[in-house]
Amino acid sequence: MADLPPQNEQSSAAEEEGTRRDFLILAAGAMGALGAVGVVWPLVQTMNPSADVLALASTEVDLSGISEGQAISVMWRGKPVFIRHRTPGEIDEARAVPLDDLSDPETDEVRAKDGKWLILVGVCTHLGCIPLGNKFGDPKGDYGGWFCPCHGSHYDTSGRIRKGPAPTNLEIPEYEFLDETLVKIG
Amino acid sequence: MSTPVPQNKVVQWIEYRLPVFSWAIAHGVDYPAPRNLNYWWTFGSMAMIMLVAQIVTGVLLSMHYTAHVDHAFDSVEHIMRDVEWGWLLRYAHANGASMFFVVVYVHIFRALYYGSYKAPREILWWFGIMLLLLMMATAFLGYVLPWGQMSFWGATVITNLFSAIPWIGGDLVVWLWGGFSVDNPTLNRFFSLHYLLPFVMCGMVFLHLWALHHRKSNNPLGIDIKSPKDTMPFSPYCTTKDLFTGTVMLFVLFVFVFYLPNTLGEAVNYEKANPLQTPAHIVPEWYFLPFYAILRSVPDKLGGVIAMAAAILILFVLPWLDTSKVRSARFRPIYKQLFWVFLADCVVLGWIGAMPAEGVYIVIGRICTIYYFAHFILIMPLLGRFEKTLPLPESIHQSILDKSLKSKTGNIS
Amino acid sequence: MLKYVISFFASITLVFFITNKLYAAGDAPKPPNIDWHQEGIFGTYDKAALIRGFQVFQEVCASCHSLNFIAFRNLLEIGFSPEEVKLIAAEYEVEDGPDDEGEMFMRSARPSDYWPAPFANDKAARAANGGAMPPDLSLITKSKVAGSDYLYALLTGYRDEPPEGFELSDGMYYNDYYPGHQIAMPQPIYEESVEYIDGTEATIEQLSKDVTQFLAWTAEPKLEERKRTGLKVLIFLAIFAALAFVIYKRTWKRLKIKDTEE
Repeated sequence: MADLPPQNEQSSAAEEEGTRRDFLILAAGAMGALGAVGVVWPLVQTMNPSADVLALASTEVDLSGISEGQAISVMWRGKPVFIRHRTPGEIDEARAVPLDDLSDPETDEVRAKDGKWLILVGVCTHLGCIPLGNKFGDPKGDYGGWFCPCHGSHYDTSGRIRKGPAPTNLEIPEYEFLDETLVKIG
Repeated sequence: MSTPVPQNKVVQWIEYRLPVFSWAIAHGVDYPAPRNLNYWWTFGSMAMIMLVAQIVTGVLLSMHYTAHVDHAFDSVEHIMRDVEWGWLLRYAHANGASMFFVVVYVHIFRALYYGSYKAPREILWWFGIMLLLLMMATAFLGYVLPWGQMSFWGATVITNLFSAIPWIGGDLVVWLWGGFSVDNPTLNRFFSLHYLLPFVMCGMVFLHLWALHHRKSNNPLGIDIKSPKDTMPFSPYCTTKDLFTGTVMLFVLFVFVFYLPNTLGEAVNYEKANPLQTPAHIVPEWYFLPFYAILRSVPDKLGGVIAMAAAILILFVLPWLDTSKVRSARFRPIYKQLFWVFLADCVVLGWIGAMPAEGVYIVIGRICTIYYFAHFILIMPLLGRFEKTLPLPESIHQSILDKSLKSKTGNIS
Repeated sequence: MLKYVISFFASITLVFFITNKLYAAGDAPKPPNIDWHQEGIFGTYDKAALIRGFQVFQEVCASCHSLNFIAFRNLLEIGFSPEEVKLIAAEYEVEDGPDDEGEMFMRSARPSDYWPAPFANDKAARAANGGAMPPDLSLITKSKVAGSDYLYALLTGYRDEPPEGFELSDGMYYNDYYPGHQIAMPQPIYEESVEYIDGTEATIEQLSKDVTQFLAWTAEPKLEERKRTGLKVLIFLAIFAALAFVIYKRTWKRLKIKDTEE
């Protein structure tokens, strides 16, 4: 016991030792947290759409075969896109609606740049069903557009929500006209 | 000395209903580990890390994989090329399997060296062997999934082993395949089982640890724990050590994943399975090579299969074949030498397994196979009777004190 | 004890390398080792060589071999611009459909399309090539033990006349590095087989090297990302291991202090 350093010196050394260990554990904890994020982040990202899926994110559609009053569905990103060749009556009807009547106010001019062509993602904004109204015999709802049979949402001739549980208008995808009758969606 | 459960209200609420916190503390913090555990005792937790890593990467891989003969190979390439970080996922999973075997083999040889399989740890040892068997099955099934040439022909050769069983062999193989050759039904069931078995392993790991914590860990001296002075709490002592060695293991693993990702694999497995053409050399993954060598050393179909199965199954009876009263090789001067001979024998068998079955390789393979079994059947029983063992220390604590005393006096002189 | 752990890992690594080398020893001669640009810890693809190699593939290999795992969009990764990729794709036709009449039709390819195969199916490929099937080239360097070295050796290993005493079958060609030396593919690359856009002299060696590098890329397109990530991960783990080691040692010191106190 004679070899031991005096009492006070020993305790301060132990204290110093203690703070050094605290620092180490803090540093290791911080690095460990960083490492955990570094592991989890790429693992989570593996579930993102893969490169081949992203590469198919746009599709080109020839509109020449769609006559006035007719609508078609095309697949885009695994979902239907409605393309409707609207009649002048339908356009007028859509443009005459005052914005105050809409729960998600948007003018038809913004939604259908080109008037006669209305291009929509055909997925009800409520819970993802596909509204009826594209085929000739389909119910078109109270406002002459689309009607979602799942929970009774009614859309007008501009694809805007007018009645029912859906919170927003039918989504407009990004698209551009490559020429008169060729449209690129996405 | 037991660590108290935190007084936090939520913790107490749960604890009252299900004592998870006191259970976790008892097994993860307070568990009395022998004071003298060395680095070889950290490979068990490394194996646990690898099991978890394989399950996590495997589950994510399965989200992109398609178990169909027409799409399996393509879906693996899809993972490698198009899935974000997919290449990392697959390389980590494929090389992770090898790392898993490395740490498990070390874990097993540690048990052999220090006599961890001896009474009263036989059941613990059995669960360990069952884990090894499950792991081998899982690894084999997984290797088939990419549906490359070696996947297909490996599956064909290994499933054909069962055809050696008299009378029912032929029907059994057809049943395993779900057809008349390795084909789509085979791939589908292999995928299903490859996904299932790791979770069976998790259950088996639980039993393995239950048995361990019941009879406590063996230690380098191979003597029993006699007083609390012989032990240390699992946390922080074992946890900090395991953290360090676990990190080193991950470093080694990632050297392979990032810089040598295909070194352990077979090049020909990047060729899509072709049932009309067998590759020039059929070689199993490195971790099966010793057993493959034993299989080929016996010049009879059924005999080879029996020998290969026996090579693992004999481990089940090792606790009774080893007649020595002393556990640790430290106090068994002859066994200590023969352990290394046995290890070398296994390595040579592995090398033979990778060589073509011809000429001198067959001779070496046979000698090593005979020695492999002789080690268990002859050497272990006889050695226990005739070997003069060294005196055992009084206790773990005493041996630590003696050692530190010796090093101190050594410093003075 | 640490030294044991280290020496253990070292020996395991060594064993892997040895066994791997031994696997590699087969019946054909070992191709000479070439220092490829993409080898080594910091090795990256030589982008100019990849572009040239793509040209060789396009003008020489593609008439018989498919490249199933490569889409036109992948060419962005070797340095083509999106406009160039569109133009390259537009030169090819792919089958699409069925259209509204239920007919399959041909249209010009888009960047998202995969490289069109020269033959409709394996049997057509065999029939057009004297019974031999030209393999898909996407993974060719990874599916051979010696990888890029083998492919280069094969492309430059043709001999006009087999050595004396060697019986060459009808319709087969002699190659130094092909297992068994009889290969069904005639020598594909000759001096000036391709007129390089960038003006590089098109020797057999240059053409073979370039196309080999291109096919090394098609086999392992994520190589550069892999090595870059690897460096970061390994540096992180090395520091973390050092830190964990210090913590472990300091924690265990407490055990020893307890002993000396008694």
